[in-house]
Amino acid sequence: MAKPKLSWLNPAVATGSLLPFVAIAERASRHQLGANPVATALNQIGLLGLIFLMASLSCTPLKIMFGWTWPLRIRRTLGLCGFFTVLLHFLVYLVLDQGLALGELFRDVLKRPFIAVGFAALVLLIPLAITSTRRSVQRLGFPRWQTLHRLAYAIGVLGALHFYLRVKADHAQPVAYGVVLGFGFALRIVASLKKSRDTRLRQTLRAARSSNAA
Amino acid sequence: MRSPPRPPHSSEITPPELYARRREFIKNGALFLGTSAALGAGLISLSSMGSADPPVKPPPVPKLPAGKAKWEISKRGRFGTTEAQNSFEDITTYNNFYELGFSKSEPAQEGFRIKTEPWTVHIKGEVKKEQTLDIDTLIGWFGLEERVYRLRCVEAWSMVIPWLGFPLADLVKRLEPTSRAKYVKFTTLLDPEQLPNEESHALKWPYTEGLRIDEAMNPLSFLALGLYGAPLPGQNGAPLRLVVPWKYGFKGGKSLVEVRFQETEPETTWAIANPNEYGFYANVNPAVDHPRWSQKSERRIGELARRKTLPFNGYAEYVADLYRGMDLVRNF
Repeated sequence: MAKPKLSWLNPAVATGSLLPFVAIAERASRHQLGANPVATALNQIGLLGLIFLMASLSCTPLKIMFGWTWPLRIRRTLGLCGFFTVLLHFLVYLVLDQGLALGELFRDVLKRPFIAVGFAALVLLIPLAITSTRRSVQRLGFPRWQTLHRLAYAIGVLGALHFYLRVKADHAQPVAYGVVLGFGFALRIVASLKKSRDTRLRQTLRAARSSNAA
Repeated sequence: MRSPPRPPHSSEITPPELYARRREFIKNGALFLGTSAALGAGLISLSSMGSADPPVKPPPVPKLPAGKAKWEISKRGRFGTTEAQNSFEDITTYNNFYELGFSKSEPAQEGFRIKTEPWTVHIKGEVKKEQTLDIDTLIGWFGLEERVYRLRCVEAWSMVIPWLGFPLADLVKRLEPTSRAKYVKFTTLLDPEQLPNEESHALKWPYTEGLRIDEAMNPLSFLALGLYGAPLPGQNGAPLRLVVPWKYGFKGGKSLVEVRFQETEPETTWAIANPNEYGFYANVNPAVDHPRWSQKSERRIGELARRKTLPFNGYAEYVADLYRGMDLVRNF
Protein backbone atom coordinates (compact mmCIF):
# COMPACT_ATOMS: atom_id res chain seq x y z
CA MET A 1 0.00 0.00 0.00
CA ALA A 2 1.15 3.51 -0.74
CA LYS A 3 2.14 5.88 2.04
CA PRO A 4 -1.16 6.72 3.80
CA LYS A 5 -2.28 10.24 3.01
CA LEU A 6 -3.37 12.43 5.95
CA SER A 7 -1.71 10.05 8.40
CA TRP A 8 -2.28 12.57 11.18
CA LEU A 9 -6.04 12.83 10.65
CA ASN A 10 -7.40 9.78 12.44
CA PRO A 11 -5.11 10.13 15.48
CA ALA A 12 -6.17 13.79 15.67
CA VAL A 13 -9.87 12.86 15.58
CA ALA A 14 -9.41 10.20 18.25
CA THR A 15 -7.43 12.58 20.49
CA GLY A 16 -9.82 15.49 19.99
CA SER A 17 -12.76 13.21 20.78
CA LEU A 18 -11.24 12.37 24.15
CA LEU A 19 -10.94 16.03 25.18
CA PRO A 20 -14.60 16.57 26.23
CA PHE A 21 -14.33 13.55 28.54
CA VAL A 22 -11.13 14.95 30.02
CA ALA A 23 -13.00 18.25 30.52
CA ILE A 24 -15.94 16.55 32.27
CA ALA A 25 -13.63 14.51 34.53
CA GLU A 26 -11.58 17.59 35.36
CA ARG A 27 -14.70 19.63 36.23
CA ALA A 28 -16.08 16.73 38.28
CA SER A 29 -12.83 16.61 40.28
CA ARG A 30 -13.23 20.31 41.15
CA HIS A 31 -16.97 19.87 41.95
CA GLN A 32 -17.82 22.17 39.05
CA LEU A 33 -20.57 20.08 37.45
CA GLY A 34 -23.31 22.03 39.22
CA ALA A 35 -25.80 21.07 41.91
CA ASN A 36 -26.74 17.82 40.14
CA PRO A 37 -23.43 16.50 38.76
CA VAL A 38 -24.82 13.10 37.78
CA ALA A 39 -27.47 14.74 35.60
CA THR A 40 -24.90 17.10 34.04
CA ALA A 41 -22.53 14.23 33.19
CA LEU A 42 -25.40 12.09 31.90
CA ASN A 43 -26.76 14.88 29.67
CA GLN A 44 -23.41 16.00 28.31
CA ILE A 45 -22.18 12.47 27.54
CA GLY A 46 -25.52 11.62 25.92
CA LEU A 47 -25.36 14.73 23.76
CA LEU A 48 -21.75 13.91 22.81
CA GLY A 49 -22.84 10.43 21.71
CA LEU A 50 -25.49 11.96 19.45
CA ILE A 51 -22.95 14.46 18.07
CA PHE A 52 -20.51 11.64 17.17
CA LEU A 53 -23.28 9.64 15.49
CA MET A 54 -24.44 12.73 13.57
CA ALA A 55 -20.83 13.47 12.55
CA SER A 56 -20.29 9.92 11.26
CA LEU A 57 -23.55 10.17 9.32
CA SER A 58 -22.50 13.53 7.86
CA CYS A 59 -19.40 12.14 6.10
CA THR A 60 -21.25 10.92 3.01
CA PRO A 61 -23.37 14.11 2.67
CA LEU A 62 -20.14 16.17 2.88
CA LYS A 63 -18.62 14.08 0.10
CA ILE A 64 -21.76 14.50 -2.03
CA MET A 65 -21.90 18.26 -1.48
CA PHE A 66 -18.23 19.21 -1.76
CA GLY A 67 -16.57 16.18 -3.27
CA TRP A 68 -14.33 15.86 -0.18
CA THR A 69 -12.95 12.41 0.51
CA TRP A 70 -11.30 13.08 3.86
CA PRO A 71 -14.59 12.73 5.80
CA LEU A 72 -14.81 9.11 4.65
CA ARG A 73 -11.38 8.44 6.18
CA ILE A 74 -12.59 9.40 9.66
CA ARG A 75 -16.08 7.90 9.45
CA ARG A 76 -15.14 4.70 11.27
CA THR A 77 -13.31 6.58 14.03
CA LEU A 78 -16.34 8.84 14.52
CA GLY A 79 -18.72 5.88 14.56
CA LEU A 80 -16.63 4.05 17.15
CA CYS A 81 -16.42 7.22 19.26
CA GLY A 82 -20.22 7.31 19.04
CA PHE A 83 -20.53 3.72 20.19
CA PHE A 84 -18.19 4.09 23.18
CA THR A 85 -19.82 7.39 24.19
CA VAL A 86 -23.33 5.95 24.03
CA LEU A 87 -22.11 2.96 26.06
CA LEU A 88 -20.63 5.33 28.66
CA HIS A 89 -23.90 7.32 28.73
CA PHE A 90 -25.76 4.09 29.44
CA LEU A 91 -23.30 3.09 32.18
CA VAL A 92 -23.60 6.51 33.87
CA TYR A 93 -27.39 6.07 33.79
CA LEU A 94 -27.23 2.51 35.11
CA VAL A 95 -24.56 2.90 37.78
CA LEU A 96 -24.53 6.54 38.93
CA ASP A 97 -28.11 7.59 38.21
CA GLN A 98 -30.06 4.41 38.95
CA GLY A 99 -27.57 2.90 41.42
CA LEU A 100 -27.48 -0.43 39.52
CA ALA A 101 -31.18 -1.08 40.10
CA LEU A 102 -31.45 -3.59 37.25
CA GLY A 103 -35.11 -4.44 37.90
CA GLU A 104 -35.98 -0.76 37.66
CA LEU A 105 -33.97 -0.49 34.46
CA PHE A 106 -35.81 -3.33 32.72
CA ARG A 107 -39.18 -1.92 33.78
CA ASP A 108 -38.11 1.47 32.45
CA VAL A 109 -36.99 0.05 29.12
CA LEU A 110 -40.28 -1.79 28.64
CA LYS A 111 -42.56 0.95 29.92
CA ARG A 112 -41.10 4.17 28.60
CA PRO A 113 -40.67 4.88 24.89
CA PHE A 114 -38.06 7.53 25.68
CA ILE A 115 -35.74 5.03 27.37
CA ALA A 116 -36.64 2.14 25.03
CA VAL A 117 -35.63 4.22 22.00
CA GLY A 118 -32.25 5.10 23.52
CA PHE A 119 -31.65 1.51 24.58
CA ALA A 120 -32.51 0.23 21.09
CA ALA A 121 -29.93 2.60 19.60
CA LEU A 122 -27.26 1.21 21.96
CA VAL A 123 -28.16 -2.42 21.15
CA LEU A 124 -28.08 -1.77 17.40
CA LEU A 125 -24.68 -0.08 17.71
CA ILE A 126 -23.09 -3.27 19.10
CA PRO A 127 -23.00 -5.32 15.84
CA LEU A 128 -21.73 -2.27 13.96
CA ALA A 129 -18.89 -1.74 16.42
CA ILE A 130 -17.96 -5.44 16.28
CA THR A 131 -17.89 -5.47 12.46
CA SER A 132 -16.07 -2.17 12.14
CA THR A 133 -12.73 -3.81 11.27
CA ARG A 134 -11.36 -4.16 7.77
CA ARG A 135 -11.27 -7.92 8.28
CA SER A 136 -15.04 -7.95 8.94
CA VAL A 137 -15.62 -6.27 5.59
CA GLN A 138 -13.61 -9.04 3.91
CA ARG A 139 -15.30 -11.81 5.87
CA LEU A 140 -18.83 -10.58 5.24
CA GLY A 141 -18.20 -9.37 1.70
CA PHE A 142 -18.73 -5.68 0.97
CA PRO A 143 -22.42 -5.81 -0.11
CA ARG A 144 -23.49 -7.66 3.04
CA TRP A 145 -21.31 -5.49 5.26
CA GLN A 146 -22.77 -2.38 3.67
CA THR A 147 -26.34 -3.61 4.18
CA LEU A 148 -25.60 -4.28 7.86
CA HIS A 149 -24.03 -0.87 8.32
CA ARG A 150 -27.09 0.88 6.90
CA LEU A 151 -28.39 0.28 10.45
CA ALA A 152 -26.49 3.48 11.25
CA TYR A 153 -29.34 5.45 9.64
CA ALA A 154 -31.87 3.87 12.01
CA ILE A 155 -29.54 4.47 14.96
CA GLY A 156 -29.24 8.15 14.04
CA VAL A 157 -33.01 8.50 13.94
CA LEU A 158 -33.40 6.69 17.27
CA GLY A 159 -30.74 8.90 18.87
CA ALA A 160 -32.37 12.14 17.74
CA LEU A 161 -35.80 10.82 18.78
CA HIS A 162 -34.46 9.85 22.24
CA PHE A 163 -33.25 13.44 22.69
CA TYR A 164 -36.55 14.88 21.41
CA LEU A 165 -38.61 12.75 23.78
CA ARG A 166 -36.48 13.70 26.78
CA VAL A 167 -36.95 17.45 26.47
CA LYS A 168 -39.90 18.98 28.34
CA ALA A 169 -40.74 22.08 26.31
CA ASP A 170 -37.79 23.50 24.40
CA HIS A 171 -37.49 21.32 21.31
CA ALA A 172 -35.21 23.62 19.27
CA GLN A 173 -32.02 21.64 19.86
CA PRO A 174 -33.32 18.10 19.16
CA VAL A 175 -35.19 19.43 16.12
CA ALA A 176 -31.93 20.97 14.84
CA TYR A 177 -30.22 17.56 15.06
CA GLY A 178 -33.20 15.99 13.30
CA VAL A 179 -32.97 18.57 10.49
CA VAL A 180 -29.25 17.87 9.97
CA LEU A 181 -30.02 14.16 9.82
CA GLY A 182 -32.95 14.62 7.44
CA PHE A 183 -30.89 16.90 5.18
CA GLY A 184 -28.24 14.18 4.92
CA PHE A 185 -30.84 11.58 4.02
CA ALA A 186 -32.32 13.86 1.37
CA LEU A 187 -28.86 14.43 -0.17
CA ARG A 188 -28.22 10.68 -0.27
CA ILE A 189 -31.55 10.04 -1.99
CA VAL A 190 -31.01 12.81 -4.56
CA ALA A 191 -27.46 11.57 -5.24
CA SER A 192 -28.57 7.97 -5.73
CA LEU A 193 -31.47 9.02 -8.02
CA LYS A 194 -29.04 11.10 -10.08
CA LYS A 195 -26.62 8.22 -10.26
CA SER A 196 -29.24 5.75 -11.52
CA ARG A 197 -30.52 8.34 -14.03
CA ASP A 198 -26.98 8.93 -15.30
CA THR A 199 -26.48 5.18 -15.68
CA ARG A 200 -29.70 4.88 -17.66
CA LEU A 201 -28.76 7.89 -19.79
CA ARG A 202 -25.35 6.38 -20.53
CA GLN A 203 -26.98 3.08 -21.49
CA THR A 204 -29.44 4.84 -23.80
CA LEU A 205 -26.62 6.83 -25.41
CA ARG A 206 -24.52 3.73 -25.88
CA ALA A 207 -27.49 1.90 -27.44
CA ALA A 208 -28.19 4.86 -29.74
CA ARG A 209 -24.54 5.08 -30.80
CA SER A 210 -24.29 1.36 -31.55
CA SER A 211 -27.54 1.45 -33.59
CA ASN A 212 -26.18 4.47 -35.55
CA ALA A 213 -22.98 2.62 -36.24
CA ALA A 214 -24.97 -0.33 -37.52
CA MET B 1 48.38 17.76 20.46
CA ARG B 2 44.74 16.76 20.49
CA SER B 3 43.38 14.44 17.93
CA PRO B 4 40.47 15.72 15.84
CA PRO B 5 36.99 14.65 17.04
CA ARG B 6 36.02 11.20 15.96
CA PRO B 7 33.49 11.23 13.12
CA PRO B 8 30.01 10.18 14.30
CA HIS B 9 29.16 6.50 14.12
CA SER B 10 27.17 5.68 11.02
CA SER B 11 24.12 4.67 13.13
CA GLU B 12 23.95 8.18 14.60
CA ILE B 13 23.61 9.85 11.23
CA THR B 14 20.08 10.88 10.32
CA PRO B 15 19.04 8.87 7.29
CA PRO B 16 18.72 11.16 4.28
CA GLU B 17 15.07 10.27 3.61
CA LEU B 18 14.11 11.16 7.19
CA TYR B 19 16.16 14.38 7.00
CA ALA B 20 14.28 15.30 3.85
CA ARG B 21 10.94 14.60 5.58
CA ARG B 22 11.58 16.72 8.66
CA ARG B 23 9.41 19.50 7.30
CA GLU B 24 6.60 17.07 6.63
CA PHE B 25 7.01 15.65 10.13
CA ILE B 26 6.68 19.10 11.71
CA LYS B 27 3.76 19.98 9.44
CA ASN B 28 1.90 16.77 10.30
CA GLY B 29 2.56 17.32 13.98
CA ALA B 30 1.12 20.83 13.76
CA LEU B 31 -1.91 19.59 11.81
CA PHE B 32 -2.46 16.86 14.39
CA LEU B 33 -2.32 19.27 17.31
CA GLY B 34 -4.44 21.92 15.62
CA THR B 35 -7.12 19.49 14.48
CA SER B 36 -7.41 17.67 17.78
CA ALA B 37 -7.56 20.94 19.73
CA ALA B 38 -10.17 22.46 17.41
CA LEU B 39 -12.27 19.28 17.41
CA GLY B 40 -12.03 18.98 21.19
CA ALA B 41 -13.06 22.62 21.71
CA GLY B 42 -15.96 22.24 19.26
CA LEU B 43 -17.20 19.09 20.98
CA ILE B 44 -16.96 20.67 24.43
CA SER B 45 -19.02 23.69 23.40
CA LEU B 46 -21.61 21.67 21.43
CA SER B 47 -22.11 19.14 24.21
CA SER B 48 -22.66 21.77 26.89
CA MET B 49 -25.36 23.64 24.96
CA GLY B 50 -28.91 24.16 26.10
CA SER B 51 -30.41 21.49 28.27
CA ALA B 52 -27.05 19.79 28.81
CA ASP B 53 -26.43 22.77 30.98
CA PRO B 54 -23.03 24.29 31.63
CA PRO B 55 -22.79 25.32 35.27
CA VAL B 56 -21.52 28.88 35.38
CA LYS B 57 -20.92 31.13 38.34
CA PRO B 58 -23.93 33.46 38.47
CA PRO B 59 -23.74 37.15 39.32
CA PRO B 60 -23.96 37.84 43.05
CA VAL B 61 -27.40 37.79 44.61
CA PRO B 62 -28.63 41.17 45.90
CA LYS B 63 -29.05 41.05 49.66
CA LEU B 64 -31.13 44.19 50.14
CA PRO B 65 -34.84 43.66 50.65
CA ALA B 66 -37.40 45.26 48.38
CA GLY B 67 -39.45 48.00 50.01
CA LYS B 68 -39.02 49.58 53.40
CA ALA B 69 -40.72 47.04 55.62
CA LYS B 70 -38.69 45.55 58.44
CA TRP B 71 -37.00 42.39 57.21
CA GLU B 72 -36.87 40.16 60.27
CA ILE B 73 -38.03 36.67 60.97
CA SER B 74 -40.95 36.79 63.40
CA LYS B 75 -41.75 33.06 63.57
CA ARG B 76 -39.90 29.82 62.93
CA GLY B 77 -40.26 26.13 62.77
CA ARG B 78 -43.82 25.18 61.78
CA PHE B 79 -43.90 21.87 59.91
CA GLY B 80 -40.12 21.97 60.09
CA THR B 81 -37.94 19.11 59.01
CA THR B 82 -34.69 18.13 60.64
CA GLU B 83 -33.26 17.01 57.30
CA ALA B 84 -30.10 18.74 56.12
CA GLN B 85 -30.86 21.95 54.21
CA ASN B 86 -29.47 22.44 50.73
CA SER B 87 -26.84 25.12 50.40
CA PHE B 88 -27.77 28.63 49.30
CA GLU B 89 -25.61 28.07 46.22
CA ASP B 90 -27.46 24.89 45.20
CA ILE B 91 -30.86 26.51 45.75
CA THR B 92 -29.96 29.60 43.72
CA THR B 93 -28.06 27.99 40.82
CA TYR B 94 -30.19 24.94 39.99
CA ASN B 95 -33.56 26.35 38.98
CA ASN B 96 -36.42 25.63 36.64
CA PHE B 97 -37.68 29.07 35.64
CA TYR B 98 -38.31 28.78 31.91
CA GLU B 99 -39.09 32.49 31.54
CA LEU B 100 -35.40 33.08 32.35
CA GLY B 101 -34.00 30.17 30.29
CA PHE B 102 -34.59 26.50 29.62
CA SER B 103 -31.48 25.18 31.34
CA LYS B 104 -30.92 24.85 35.08
CA SER B 105 -28.17 27.48 35.17
CA GLU B 106 -29.57 30.22 32.90
CA PRO B 107 -32.11 31.48 35.49
CA ALA B 108 -29.24 32.30 37.85
CA GLN B 109 -27.53 34.22 35.04
CA GLU B 110 -30.64 36.14 34.05
CA GLY B 111 -32.40 36.54 37.42
CA PHE B 112 -31.02 40.04 37.95
CA ARG B 113 -33.36 41.31 35.20
CA ILE B 114 -36.40 41.10 37.45
CA LYS B 115 -37.07 44.55 38.91
CA THR B 116 -38.76 43.91 42.24
CA GLU B 117 -39.22 47.54 43.15
CA PRO B 118 -41.89 48.69 42.73
CA TRP B 119 -43.90 45.47 42.63
CA THR B 120 -47.63 45.08 42.97
CA VAL B 121 -49.91 42.08 43.21
CA HIS B 122 -53.46 42.44 41.90
CA ILE B 123 -56.16 40.69 43.90
CA LYS B 124 -59.09 39.95 41.62
CA GLY B 125 -62.29 37.98 41.17
CA GLU B 126 -64.56 36.56 43.83
CA VAL B 127 -63.38 38.56 46.85
CA LYS B 128 -64.99 41.18 49.04
CA LYS B 129 -62.83 43.88 47.48
CA GLU B 130 -60.52 43.76 44.47
CA GLN B 131 -57.29 45.53 45.36
CA THR B 132 -53.63 46.03 44.52
CA LEU B 133 -51.05 45.19 47.17
CA ASP B 134 -47.36 45.89 47.45
CA ILE B 135 -44.71 43.81 49.18
CA ASP B 136 -44.46 46.15 52.21
CA THR B 137 -48.19 45.83 52.82
CA LEU B 138 -47.97 42.03 52.79
CA ILE B 139 -45.03 41.99 55.23
CA GLY B 140 -46.84 44.55 57.38
CA TRP B 141 -49.96 42.39 57.55
CA PHE B 142 -48.42 38.99 58.15
CA GLY B 143 -44.79 39.37 59.23
CA LEU B 144 -42.18 36.89 58.05
CA GLU B 145 -42.14 33.26 59.09
CA GLU B 146 -39.41 30.76 58.28
CA ARG B 147 -40.55 27.36 56.99
CA VAL B 148 -38.12 24.58 56.10
CA TYR B 149 -39.84 22.54 53.39
CA ARG B 150 -38.89 19.71 51.10
CA LEU B 151 -39.28 20.60 47.42
CA ARG B 152 -39.83 17.71 45.02
CA CYS B 153 -39.49 18.48 41.32
CA VAL B 154 -41.47 16.46 38.78
CA GLU B 155 -38.05 15.67 37.22
CA ALA B 156 -37.31 13.40 40.21
CA TRP B 157 -34.89 15.57 42.15
CA SER B 158 -35.51 17.28 45.48
CA MET B 159 -34.13 19.88 47.87
CA VAL B 160 -34.71 21.12 51.41
CA ILE B 161 -35.22 24.89 51.45
CA PRO B 162 -35.64 27.37 54.32
CA TRP B 163 -38.30 29.70 52.91
CA LEU B 164 -39.34 33.00 54.40
CA GLY B 165 -42.88 34.27 53.95
CA PHE B 166 -46.41 33.86 55.25
CA PRO B 167 -49.20 31.26 55.06
CA LEU B 168 -51.40 31.63 52.00
CA ALA B 169 -54.40 30.91 54.26
CA ASP B 170 -53.75 34.16 56.18
CA LEU B 171 -54.02 36.15 52.94
CA VAL B 172 -57.12 34.27 51.77
CA LYS B 173 -58.90 34.88 55.10
CA ARG B 174 -58.00 38.56 55.07
CA LEU B 175 -59.32 39.02 51.50
CA GLU B 176 -62.68 37.43 52.37
CA PRO B 177 -63.48 35.40 49.25
CA THR B 178 -67.16 35.04 48.27
CA SER B 179 -69.00 31.72 48.26
CA ARG B 180 -68.37 31.43 44.53
CA ALA B 181 -64.58 31.34 45.06
CA LYS B 182 -63.86 27.65 44.46
CA TYR B 183 -60.35 28.06 43.05
CA VAL B 184 -57.40 30.43 43.31
CA LYS B 185 -55.38 31.25 40.19
CA PHE B 186 -51.80 32.56 40.38
CA THR B 187 -50.29 34.47 37.46
CA THR B 188 -46.63 35.22 36.86
CA LEU B 189 -45.32 38.53 35.47
CA LEU B 190 -45.63 38.88 31.68
CA ASP B 191 -42.78 41.14 30.56
CA PRO B 192 -40.08 39.96 28.14
CA GLU B 193 -37.87 42.85 29.25
CA GLN B 194 -37.57 41.23 32.66
CA LEU B 195 -38.31 37.62 31.67
CA PRO B 196 -36.53 37.40 28.29
CA ASN B 197 -37.49 33.81 27.46
CA GLU B 198 -41.14 34.88 27.26
CA GLU B 199 -40.16 35.74 23.67
CA SER B 200 -40.07 31.99 22.99
CA HIS B 201 -43.21 30.04 22.24
CA ALA B 202 -42.24 26.89 24.12
CA LEU B 203 -44.98 27.47 26.71
CA LYS B 204 -48.02 29.71 26.89
CA TRP B 205 -47.12 32.85 28.81
CA PRO B 206 -47.82 34.23 31.31
CA TYR B 207 -47.29 31.17 33.47
CA THR B 208 -50.43 30.36 35.42
CA GLU B 209 -51.00 27.95 38.27
CA GLY B 210 -53.87 27.22 40.57
CA LEU B 211 -55.15 25.57 43.72
CA ARG B 212 -58.56 24.49 44.94
CA ILE B 213 -59.71 26.91 47.65
CA ASP B 214 -59.41 24.22 50.36
CA GLU B 215 -55.86 23.50 49.21
CA ALA B 216 -55.10 27.21 49.39
CA MET B 217 -56.51 27.27 52.94
CA ASN B 218 -54.36 24.34 54.06
CA PRO B 219 -51.81 25.60 56.60
CA LEU B 220 -48.93 24.17 54.52
CA SER B 221 -49.61 26.40 51.50
CA PHE B 222 -47.17 29.27 51.67
CA LEU B 223 -46.28 32.49 49.89
CA ALA B 224 -42.52 33.01 50.01
CA LEU B 225 -40.73 36.36 49.87
CA GLY B 226 -37.30 35.09 50.79
CA LEU B 227 -35.03 32.16 51.53
CA TYR B 228 -32.14 31.71 53.93
CA GLY B 229 -33.22 34.89 55.70
CA ALA B 230 -32.78 37.10 52.62
CA PRO B 231 -35.15 38.29 49.88
CA LEU B 232 -35.72 35.83 47.04
CA PRO B 233 -33.22 36.08 44.21
CA GLY B 234 -34.81 36.56 40.77
CA GLN B 235 -34.18 32.96 39.75
CA ASN B 236 -36.18 31.69 42.73
CA GLY B 237 -39.23 33.78 41.83
CA ALA B 238 -38.62 37.22 43.34
CA PRO B 239 -40.29 38.99 44.94
CA LEU B 240 -43.24 36.68 45.70
CA ARG B 241 -43.85 33.04 44.87
CA LEU B 242 -46.11 30.18 45.78
CA VAL B 243 -44.77 27.15 47.69
CA VAL B 244 -46.95 24.04 47.92
CA PRO B 245 -44.65 21.40 49.38
CA TRP B 246 -46.86 18.32 48.84
CA LYS B 247 -47.11 19.03 45.11
CA TYR B 248 -44.51 18.92 42.37
CA GLY B 249 -42.40 22.06 42.17
CA PHE B 250 -44.00 23.39 38.98
CA LYS B 251 -47.17 24.19 41.00
CA GLY B 252 -45.23 26.94 42.74
CA GLY B 253 -45.79 29.93 40.45
CA LYS B 254 -42.97 32.49 40.62
CA SER B 255 -42.80 36.31 40.46
CA LEU B 256 -46.55 36.59 41.01
CA VAL B 257 -48.47 39.65 39.85
CA GLU B 258 -52.06 38.43 40.19
CA VAL B 259 -54.05 36.26 42.59
CA ARG B 260 -57.56 35.62 41.28
CA PHE B 261 -60.43 33.90 43.07
CA GLN B 262 -62.80 32.13 40.69
CA GLU B 263 -65.53 29.52 40.37
CA THR B 264 -63.95 27.41 37.61
CA GLU B 265 -60.75 25.36 37.66
CA PRO B 266 -58.00 27.58 36.25
CA GLU B 267 -56.02 26.49 33.21
CA THR B 268 -52.45 25.80 34.24
CA THR B 269 -49.42 26.26 31.99
CA TRP B 270 -47.96 22.74 32.01
CA ALA B 271 -51.35 21.09 31.67
CA ILE B 272 -52.02 23.27 28.61
CA ALA B 273 -48.62 22.32 27.14
CA ASN B 274 -48.91 18.60 27.77
CA PRO B 275 -52.16 17.39 29.38
CA ASN B 276 -51.05 13.74 29.39
CA GLU B 277 -48.03 14.47 31.53
CA TYR B 278 -49.04 17.27 33.87
CA GLY B 279 -52.34 17.51 35.68
CA PHE B 280 -54.04 20.21 37.74
CA TYR B 281 -53.44 18.43 41.07
CA ALA B 282 -49.79 17.35 40.57
CA ASN B 283 -49.60 15.86 44.06
CA VAL B 284 -46.28 14.11 44.70
CA ASN B 285 -47.22 10.46 44.26
CA PRO B 286 -44.71 7.61 43.88
CA ALA B 287 -47.52 5.33 42.68
CA VAL B 288 -48.33 7.46 39.62
CA ASP B 289 -45.45 7.63 37.17
CA HIS B 290 -44.79 10.47 34.84
CA PRO B 291 -45.18 8.86 31.39
CA ARG B 292 -41.49 9.34 30.63
CA TRP B 293 -39.91 8.49 33.97
CA SER B 294 -40.65 6.79 37.26
CA GLN B 295 -41.70 8.86 40.28
CA LYS B 296 -40.85 6.08 42.76
CA SER B 297 -37.55 7.60 43.74
CA GLU B 298 -35.72 10.92 43.64
CA ARG B 299 -32.23 12.30 43.95
CA ARG B 300 -31.82 14.77 46.80
CA ILE B 301 -29.50 17.42 45.42
CA GLY B 302 -26.10 16.84 47.05
CA GLU B 303 -26.59 13.08 47.42
CA LEU B 304 -25.60 10.27 45.07
CA ALA B 305 -27.89 7.40 46.09
CA ARG B 306 -31.56 7.87 45.26
CA ARG B 307 -34.21 8.12 47.99
CA LYS B 308 -37.68 6.66 47.96
CA THR B 309 -40.29 9.29 47.15
CA LEU B 310 -42.96 9.63 49.86
CA PRO B 311 -46.68 10.08 49.12
CA PHE B 312 -47.51 13.81 49.21
CA ASN B 313 -43.75 14.39 49.57
CA GLY B 314 -43.95 13.26 53.20
CA TYR B 315 -46.79 15.66 54.13
CA ALA B 316 -49.61 13.08 53.90
CA GLU B 317 -50.71 13.58 57.54
CA TYR B 318 -51.55 17.24 56.80
CA VAL B 319 -53.09 16.96 53.34
CA ALA B 320 -54.34 13.43 52.59
CA ASP B 321 -57.82 14.38 53.88
CA LEU B 322 -58.20 16.96 51.10
CA TYR B 323 -58.42 14.14 48.56
CA ARG B 324 -60.52 11.57 50.40
CA GLY B 325 -62.67 9.68 47.89
CA MET B 326 -60.80 11.06 44.90
CA ASP B 327 -59.13 8.86 42.32
CA LEU B 328 -55.59 10.25 42.43
CA VAL B 329 -54.49 8.17 39.43
CA ARG B 330 -57.03 9.94 37.24
CA ASN B 331 -56.63 13.28 39.01
CA PHE B 332 -52.83 13.27 38.71
